[in-house]
Amino acid sequence: MSQKELVFRIGGAAGDGSASTAESLAKVCTRSGLYVFTYTSYQSVIRGGHSWVQVRAAEEPVLSQGERPQVLICLNQPTADIHAPQVRENGAIIYDSDTIKLDGLRLAEGVRKIGFPLGRLAREFSNNALMKNTVALGAAVRLFDMDLAVVESAFATVWGDKKREIVDANVKAAAAGYKYVEENGGSLNLGLRHSGKARLLITGNQAIALGALAAGCKFLAQYPMTPASSIMHWMADHAPKHGVVVKQVEDELAAINMAIGAGFAGVRSMTATSGGGFSLMVEGIGQGGMVEAPVVAVLAQRAGPSTGLPTKTEQGDLNLALGAGQGDWPRAILAPRNTDECFRLTAEAFNLAEVYQTPVIVMSDLYLSEGYRTVEGFDFNVPIIRGLLAADGGTAKDKYLRYKITESGVSPRALPGQPGFQFDAGTDEHDEKGELISDVLAGIPEWVEIRKQMMDKRMRKLDGLRRDTKGPELWGPEKADITLISWGSTQGPLREAILDLQEADGLPVNSLEYAYLFPFHADETTAALKRAKRTMSVEGNFTGQFSRLLTAETGIRPDHFFGKYDGEPFYPSEIAAKVREVLG
Amino acid sequence: MSDGKTIELQEYKSEIKPTWCPGCGDFAVLSGLQKALQVLQIEPWNIVIVSGIGCSSNIPHFLSSYGFHSIHGRAVPVASGIKLANSDLTVIAAGGDGDGYGIGVGHFIHAMRRNLDITYIVMDNQIYGLTTGQASPTSEKGMVTKSTPEGVIENPVNPLTLALASGATYIARGFSGDAKGLGDLFARGIKHKGFSLIDVLSPCVTYNKINTYDWFRQRVYSLEKEGHNPSDYLAAVARADEWPNLDQKRDRIGLGVFYERNDIPTYEDLEPALKKGPLVRQPLGLANPEELLEEFR
Repeated sequence: MSQKELVFRIGGAAGDGSASTAESLAKVCTRSGLYVFTYTSYQSVIRGGHSWVQVRAAEEPVLSQGERPQVLICLNQPTADIHAPQVRENGAIIYDSDTIKLDGLRLAEGVRKIGFPLGRLAREFSNNALMKNTVALGAAVRLFDMDLAVVESAFATVWGDKKREIVDANVKAAAAGYKYVEENGGSLNLGLRHSGKARLLITGNQAIALGALAAGCKFLAQYPMTPASSIMHWMADHAPKHGVVVKQVEDELAAINMAIGAGFAGVRSMTATSGGGFSLMVEGIGQGGMVEAPVVAVLAQRAGPSTGLPTKTEQGDLNLALGAGQGDWPRAILAPRNTDECFRLTAEAFNLAEVYQTPVIVMSDLYLSEGYRTVEGFDFNVPIIRGLLAADGGTAKDKYLRYKITESGVSPRALPGQPGFQFDAGTDEHDEKGELISDVLAGIPEWVEIRKQMMDKRMRKLDGLRRDTKGPELWGPEKADITLISWGSTQGPLREAILDLQEADGLPVNSLEYAYLFPFHADETTAALKRAKRTMSVEGNFTGQFSRLLTAETGIRPDHFFGKYDGEPFYPSEIAAKVREVLG
Repeated sequence: MSDGKTIELQEYKSEIKPTWCPGCGDFAVLSGLQKALQVLQIEPWNIVIVSGIGCSSNIPHFLSSYGFHSIHGRAVPVASGIKLANSDLTVIAAGGDGDGYGIGVGHFIHAMRRNLDITYIVMDNQIYGLTTGQASPTSEKGMVTKSTPEGVIENPVNPLTLALASGATYIARGFSGDAKGLGDLFARGIKHKGFSLIDVLSPCVTYNKINTYDWFRQRVYSLEKEGHNPSDYLAAVARADEWPNLDQKRDRIGLGVFYERNDIPTYEDLEPALKKGPLVRQPLGLANPEELLEEFR
């Protein structure tokens, strides 16, 4: 990316406060009018270990976490050892000169060593050991030519008026760091214009929860699991005011079954988890397909298999989502490509779930769920479409068939409490009324036929789901040397790689991006890929789970596959390098 | 009551004929439940019966209320979700001992400590019937089944002491040989505000040849007649421990209400989002979305 940007990195042990310092800087960048993208690399420990956060900001929308930083804050020695050599030419390293040494580290040319007694300075303002981070933050703010007043306003938002003394102490600490840089070399002169136009800085999970709230979600049942937990945290904070029941339950079995119960009873309901929890939900979610109850299940992926890398990203659970539950039942799988789509697709999922009376899975991943990104705003004009309800009239009580066989596969839904429309929702195969055909009727010719009709009815919903969702988006030049196929959160780094290839190598590359994974849009895919010279699928897993789906649905096999399963997100440079390699 | 008319017993019955074996204890549970609902005059459309999987879990089909025949072990969470979505409904979970005390025991414990206002009826026959006769969590030590040809070597779950330890606020035991008593226990449990457990000794005439109607008749007694005070927690524990227990004493099996507390708030009482009434009746969407964005600026 040739545009002007700032890339900032801070690292330390878990508990050292690098995440909250980075968050503050990200907020300051946002309020200064920049677009922001953050990536947090952390480990599955509460104290110790090594974690770091990268904040990248620019005047134009930022598509990925970026690569080498210009400014590094070291909160401990290992951070210096690991990251200092990556700081760019003419960049700067901020560190506590009392505790950290840069001796012997191979630094790029012109890197400024900004070592001063952060801890000692910080103690003038507070006994809190983390105050030294704020001194360092002030130093970075000066290097980036940002305004201390913006820092103050950001602190005021974070801590609020109730803790004025904390805000004051932090402002003084930041000013001390700012002043030190002012007197020792000043700005890095990155030349970024700070328009001051504040946008929104939000994580994917917050956008998912906000989208759910906007769509009228009234019930969330969830069990804590990284990286889905912050959906529950945000929703719990806002639940009482907005009339949402947020229930932390005993396990994911309870979560999906409660959510389905709530959906059956007539409220928009949701659950959220990661792959391990989703594995526990598979029987329950299939039940939703069979009893035709609406529910939205968010699957925020992390690196598997099994417990895997709990704090690392991957796109390895597509097969799990596609195959969840025994037998065939109609499902929709949506995968937001960015934070804005986290909001929009979650809201849309509630409509699809109610219109088609079946579970809808929204697939995110750690990279998208936990990263802070800038969005311009959200369109809260979210339509709420509740689908075919018996209460809307046109359905006679005495002839009411909950599972009436219809052309669309959708039957009028009665809600408990509605007089005269009582029915049984059954997970056994059932007739149009909902009564079992599994016990004394199964295998009798007439009922063999009914079983088939009920399967056909339910599975016909896939036609409607396909009609109501979009095919892939072709992005980039119409004529390209290679078409990159991606789904979900890979969009950002992939697009950045495409822009870089165009600019640096003059290579025309485009991408075919999927946000609606299932039901699969085979016709649009075939049409788009017919025009492609060469294709490469880029996804964050070992086996190419999406490529296999694409091949199964279209008979087309991508020419190349670039899979990433090391736990780290895609970097634009490695995608670009792979493209250069295959185009040889 | 709908338009002031008395709801007749017939109105709680569905057209579906039960598929249970002749003599199955679950017939008495079904008729006792219909009777209790009629006594309480709850409109069938305001009732949801949620079951799991097993012979007894077919029960929703035999009532004219709303029903949800769920998956194995998950009746209680499904019922909990329904109750939280529409707290005006009378929600009854029902199923067998395998369903509730085996595969679903985690939910059972947590539902009790939540004290949701739902009634849980467990038709306890101490055997897996629908899968043709394997040991269940309440099978007695030594019992020979298809899966335990040398006899069960585990101790049985005592659902009543488990419920006492877990915070249920209405705990009772009934017996399918006493249909009248069952109706009374169900009615009291449904009326009770909070989590009600009614464990019903419901003999399996096909696969359990030990714990038969006669076997129970020789051992059961009425707690009420012996002057048991259901508000006395420790007395309830002592009565509940009479059977089953580690010493394998099996001469006295109490029937009736072991424990009842009416002064403990329900989950619905304490849930802030329900202060404005049932969720199903609350408006959807956001009245003032922009104010939610302040924290992201």
